[in-house]
Amino acid sequence: MNGDKSKPLISCHDVKKIYGSGNAEVHALRGVNLDVYPGEITMLVGPSGCGKTTLLSVIAGILKPTSGSVVALGSELTKLTSWRRTNFRRTNVGFVFQQFNLLPALTAAENAAVPLVIQGYTKRAALAESRKLLTQMGMGDRMSNLPGQLSGGQQQRVAIARALVHHPHLLVCDEPTSALDAKTGHTILEILRSIAIEGDRAVVIVTHDSRIFEFADTLARMDDGHIVSLEREHRGHEKEEALSA
Amino acid sequence: MSWIALKMLTGNRGKYLGIILGIAFASLLIAQQASIFCGLMLQTSGQIRDIQGASIWVMDPNVQFSDDVKPLSENDLYRVRGVSGVSWAVRLYKGLTRSRLEDGNFQQTILLGLDDATLVGAPPKMIKGSVFDLRKPDAVIMDLEGYQLLWPGEEPLVGKRFEMNDHVAEIVGICKASRTFQTFPVVYTRYTQALDFVPPERKVLSFILAEPSEGLSVDEVCKRIQTQTGMRAMTGTQFEWVTMKYFMQKTGIPFNFGITVALGFIVGTAIAAQTFYLFTIENIKQYGALKAMGAGNWTLMGMILLQAMLVSLIGFGLGIGAATWFGKIATAPGSRLAFYMAPEVFVGTGLAVGVISILSSLLSMQRVMVVEPAVVFQG
Ligand SMILES: Nc1ncnc2c1ncn2[C@@H]1O[C@H](COP(=O)(O)OP(=O)(O)O)[C@@H](O)[C@H]1O
Ligand SMILES: [Mg+2]
Repeated sequence: MNGDKSKPLISCHDVKKIYGSGNAEVHALRGVNLDVYPGEITMLVGPSGCGKTTLLSVIAGILKPTSGSVVALGSELTKLTSWRRTNFRRTNVGFVFQQFNLLPALTAAENAAVPLVIQGYTKRAALAESRKLLTQMGMGDRMSNLPGQLSGGQQQRVAIARALVHHPHLLVCDEPTSALDAKTGHTILEILRSIAIEGDRAVVIVTHDSRIFEFADTLARMDDGHIVSLEREHRGHEKEEALSA
Repeated sequence: MSWIALKMLTGNRGKYLGIILGIAFASLLIAQQASIFCGLMLQTSGQIRDIQGASIWVMDPNVQFSDDVKPLSENDLYRVRGVSGVSWAVRLYKGLTRSRLEDGNFQQTILLGLDDATLVGAPPKMIKGSVFDLRKPDAVIMDLEGYQLLWPGEEPLVGKRFEMNDHVAEIVGICKASRTFQTFPVVYTRYTQALDFVPPERKVLSFILAEPSEGLSVDEVCKRIQTQTGMRAMTGTQFEWVTMKYFMQKTGIPFNFGITVALGFIVGTAIAAQTFYLFTIENIKQYGALKAMGAGNWTLMGMILLQAMLVSLIGFGLGIGAATWFGKIATAPGSRLAFYMAPEVFVGTGLAVGVISILSSLLSMQRVMVVEPAVVFQG
């Protein structure tokens, strides 16, 4: 999309989120500033309950913050109507969930085709795209299997194919490796990294799996609704290598 | 999205079948009970349908239904014949008598006496013998089911004899007759002969059957008879409805069947709605995921409606099929059950199932409407 990697795809400014009200109020985000860049993996890490999932939901446009601003691809997400936010997600966001969240009654190929079907593609056209993608991801011989017949790693590949099939600018992943063993988790992260680099996409990953921290371009450590430290590695050189390879 | 909706539905065999069975059960109960009700109502008026050959029934103005005979006088017959526009008018006797069999047993019997000269009102479907054999002395025609009731297991025979009012009657023909409400045998004979088969009464003319002159409408002639004679005149169909309405209003029959139909509706709705709702709840995370991925509320509601419509259609088909099958058994020869699936029953059951499916899906839709896409990241 934009070759300008210094310009953030998403900018969060002083984002606050309060769940509930009165005595039951929970301050999940207490004023978060974060820029998410295309071509990079941004990781949100920190102890359980610190607000990672909440921030990810805000970035993905599925949760409206209580206050603050979220500018994504040039539009202010917090000001969009719910209908427009739905449209925004439909075209711009791919989702990878902790429990994969595949539809159990649909085959791998059908599952990966869902975002295109939501966009109005015919079943045939959507399936053609998803098959192509699954083949690229080494799942060519598993297309007609139901999720229940696949291993965890295979299901997560289907989930990633589903998140990519409509070529979104942003990929959000909540604990994508927590249900996987270390080796499979590593492979999945390698796939995600190449997706970020080759597709010039922003990939945001929530995790507390420290074994995969090494894949982060930006590592945002959170605690109690704040980002307490932000490490941004400059890997421009490495990226160029990957691109020319 | 529709194929996804259908796959989600059929992917869960157990729930899928559960919802269908709930709806099928409701349709079966509603259609079957309503059909039995219609069948019973038809039976109440079957005697009127079996008297054919005349367009107009003339009767005492206080007659409430077909068995509620209030005798007319011979003079009334001549007054009807005198009404201009009446082409002809003949007598009809209709009453109850007792048949005595060789073994001394008695059986209540419906006796119909037809005009001696014309035999107007003769049974339309003869199985054995001929209507014209009624001209013989002591001759009667009996309906097949009545014969089988009087002489169970016997091959129906022309020439069989029995007694009514200590007077010998000889069966010269077997006919088909509509089932009567009381399931008594139906015996046809000549009018003058009928008077031998019943104890003497002062007035014996039950109904007058009449036909309008060429070119005049039945309604017009009925009106003329009513204003000129003070008697009541109507078509056979109208008389059927008068009779059926009497039974609907004056007996507990509609109420009892109404309760069963309502129960079928409520139980069916409860089963279908609950199973469908549980099914939606079970899939709520999937709907949340679809929402997160950009499926709008309308799309999701459409999916749920489609699922509800599919199970309703299949359930309705199964239920109506089962009810029809039951009806086939109920109306098989030899069976005395009442069953008639009127088109209204079919349509009404369809509407009831439609309401059930809408009620069931409303709950589910409401649930899917309010689910936040953010649930996909929870748990
Ligand atoms: N829907 C909700 N309603 C109320 N409180 C919530 C809700 N979602 C999350 N929270 C609370 O907000 C805080 C942050 O949650 P979350 O973002 O899920 O943290 P993390 O993903 O880092 O574990 C927690 O205290 C959690 O209990
Ligand atoms: Mg979390």
